[in-house]
Amino acid sequence: MIKFKVNNEDVSLDVAEEMPLLYAIRDELQLTGTKFGCGAGQCGACTVHIDGVAMRSCITPVSYAANKKITTIEGLDPENNHSVQISWREYKVPQCGYCQVGQIMSAAAMLIQNKAPTDDDIDTAMQGNICRCGTYVRIKKAIKHAAMLNKEKTVGEV
Amino acid sequence: MTMQSSTETTILNVSRRKFLKQLGIGSGALVLATALPGLSPVYAADNLAGKANYEVGKAEHALNIFVSLDTDGTTSIVCHRSEMGQGIRTTVPQIIADEMQALWSNVFVVQGQADKAYGQQNTAGSSSIRGQFTRLRQIGAAVRHMLEQAAANQWQVAINEVTANQHVVINNITGEKLSFGELAIAASQLEAPELTTMKLKDIKDFNYIGKEVKLFDLEDIVAGEAIYSHDVQLPNMLIASIQRPPVVGGVVKSFDDAEAKKVTGVVAVIQLKPNTFPFRTNPLGGVAVLAKNTWAAQEGRKKLKIVWDNGEHASYNTANFSDELIKKVNQPGKSIRSAGDVYAHTYDPDRTVEATYSVPHINHSPMETEAATAWLQGKDKSATLTIWAGTQNPQGAQNLAAKECGIDVNQVTLNIPLMGGAFGRKSKPDFILEAVQLAKQVNVPVKVIWTREDDIKHGFYHSISANYMKAELVDQSKTEHGSNKVADYWIQRVAYPPIGWLFNGKQTRPNANDLSLGFADTPFQLDNLQYETQEASSHVRPGWVRAVSDINNGFAQGSFVDELAVKANMSARQMWLELLGSDRYVDLKQGGFKYNNAGLNPTEYPVDTKRLKDTLNLVCDKANVEEKTAQNEAWGISVIRSFGSYVAAATKVRVVNKQVKILEMHTAIDCGITVTPDRVIAQMEGAMVFSLSITLMGGISVKDGAVEQSNFHDSPVTRMNQSPPMFVHLVESEHPPGGVGEPGIPPIIPSITNAIYRASGIRIRHLPVNKELSV
Repeated sequence: MIKFKVNNEDVSLDVAEEMPLLYAIRDELQLTGTKFGCGAGQCGACTVHIDGVAMRSCITPVSYAANKKITTIEGLDPENNHSVQISWREYKVPQCGYCQVGQIMSAAAMLIQNKAPTDDDIDTAMQGNICRCGTYVRIKKAIKHAAMLNKEKTVGEV
Repeated sequence: MTMQSSTETTILNVSRRKFLKQLGIGSGALVLATALPGLSPVYAADNLAGKANYEVGKAEHALNIFVSLDTDGTTSIVCHRSEMGQGIRTTVPQIIADEMQALWSNVFVVQGQADKAYGQQNTAGSSSIRGQFTRLRQIGAAVRHMLEQAAANQWQVAINEVTANQHVVINNITGEKLSFGELAIAASQLEAPELTTMKLKDIKDFNYIGKEVKLFDLEDIVAGEAIYSHDVQLPNMLIASIQRPPVVGGVVKSFDDAEAKKVTGVVAVIQLKPNTFPFRTNPLGGVAVLAKNTWAAQEGRKKLKIVWDNGEHASYNTANFSDELIKKVNQPGKSIRSAGDVYAHTYDPDRTVEATYSVPHINHSPMETEAATAWLQGKDKSATLTIWAGTQNPQGAQNLAAKECGIDVNQVTLNIPLMGGAFGRKSKPDFILEAVQLAKQVNVPVKVIWTREDDIKHGFYHSISANYMKAELVDQSKTEHGSNKVADYWIQRVAYPPIGWLFNGKQTRPNANDLSLGFADTPFQLDNLQYETQEASSHVRPGWVRAVSDINNGFAQGSFVDELAVKANMSARQMWLELLGSDRYVDLKQGGFKYNNAGLNPTEYPVDTKRLKDTLNLVCDKANVEEKTAQNEAWGISVIRSFGSYVAAATKVRVVNKQVKILEMHTAIDCGITVTPDRVIAQMEGAMVFSLSITLMGGISVKDGAVEQSNFHDSPVTRMNQSPPMFVHLVESEHPPGGVGEPGIPPIIPSITNAIYRASGIRIRHLPVNKELSV
């Protein structure tokens, strides 16, 4: 039995330890927001946060998650109003949308580390997330917008 | 289409949001539908597949099959085309809502199932709007007419005394108002009018067409609540992972599943029937492992021991094949268009450009790999089959699934979740039929999921190709040519295994439809031209990839014009403008070619050189391509008419130490009337990224009949760090709408390679670029 927290809820799963976290999340917990794209850590569609860090759930064994806190898209913000989600809507980023959850999770994690990313910073942080539809130009704009929203919020709270 | 009066109709008001809340799952759009008394509407999503708003909405008892109204005014509009990121689920309702004078905030989209009553549903060929714009407007106008008639009846005035606007009908005499909701029941009981008699709005009166509206799926996608084929979850469902023959046409000689069956969660191992020649879009065969979860299915599959008979295509090697194609197009072939006499002409080598271009096999690689769920219930002829599959061709899949099960097509319900990208791949239903074949052998739903390796190794590839081009610059000092032409004595040849081979196993040359995509439809003023094809048979499954043979033809033509410009020592823009010549509609019957025009009426959609030139000039001016660039930096351009639209591209690159850096990209498009401008812009952005993939590093190679690539590490696509700032320029136009999804690709590809030449002197004639340069 592997125990961990998903979106602040306690979970215990009786699955093979080497099962990728992705399938534990999708098949066992039926949280289907997190996507399969390559199964090899190449495309980022499966990105989730493990203790606040963006990780590829398709190559992370579920045993690694034991006693850790997992955040999926379903738990990013209770109203789906994380600054990154707001910005994604503002710039109408998605086309087919399939990779976008992974993009959002990567962007949200990056903005925790880097409050005001440059274009190069964004390229570096996001190059592990493939979008075959080609939404990169909007993703970049949306990330900068989210950084600005975060800054405004911080100033507002001060 | 037929419209029915529906006197037996009652209108049900079904709040999907409420439905889903009761099920403890996320929110979606409202669903409205009408049904015969005593019959409940069937919602595929309600108790089965969860959150997707792709429920049935069979609205044949509503105002028409596309539009249903609720008494509170809520309006559901069916999108009968498949969504793969192009925004069609917003665009179709936008057109209908505009003509019916609906209030956008009251409109919800319902995904149509496979149903021939909707007419053509095959979401391919960039055809949804260019093919159906007028019909969709008529459908909306018919609803408006019925609402106005219902109001006129109630007020006992003539229909021309009332006006529908913003979800109400106004009495022009008294100023009284009736809402669409108040009129819903009465309107639904009226005889539906003949569509072709409907008066359509003036372009200037459009409320939604060409305007920004809220995109229907945006919120669900950003919340992670949108449902794709991978996400379909049903009680007792099994997941299948299939080991397919490594070579097309290969068959299982024998297999050992003992180890596979020992994997916890594996329930069954089933051998699929082999594919037979011609291969069509049927499953490839192989061995399927069915398990309680995806991981177990994949682990079990890894433990299968299969002995294959690879068959005749095991001798196929792309390296040799490409060389053969190049040799072939350097020899005279079968003429398909001819004027004057190029072969009697003696070419002056100082004024002649001759070049051969090649493109490898290309895979679609949508981010969502192929997946489908099938559930066969009941026995034999009375069985019913329910499918959930993101497919571009719902009715095609439905028909083949019915045939597979030996049941009537009406017993097959096909639900269409969002597609996580498609680019042509999901117009082929092989993955759906795999699920159907397996569902026949178990009494529970089966979801087939392809791995990325499956997707890359078992695709329907854009065909490997070679294009040959030759022309002579006109000697302006000699009077017999006059001065109105820049080049003549134009020869083109092409060779690639055509898609027709997939279906008949015989076709070895592109047909007229194939050749109408950027090959035989050269828009230049030429007196002497000779266009020819050569034979090539396929050894993998060829298929439509975004822009189809416009990919190789557009690359060849766009490169060749640049090479002519270099030879003539003039700018690429000048060469294009000179070649295009006077403002005119191109005579495509010249030389005896039967031009297909992407199925468009040539009177309504002529090939207009002015629009080509205007689009080219727009992109050149906006990008400022004639600016003085830094050393090792340069712009490249190209332009094309494709799928009824005019697209020009400009790309700026830097090449230093054989390393290419893409600096900036522009695309201009004149696609006639735009319905959803932001999605047109998005498609152009996407076309730039897709073209970068093809140009810089695309390509599938085959050795001994098997695809060599396996995942994104060896079959790379464009990543963010390779993607430069991008700009899209829309031409305002009142021409009838053209295609959008595909036409961006053919001019963008050569704009990249032309820029590389201008920056470095390295001419890339054989894609991809990374065979010669770092990208």
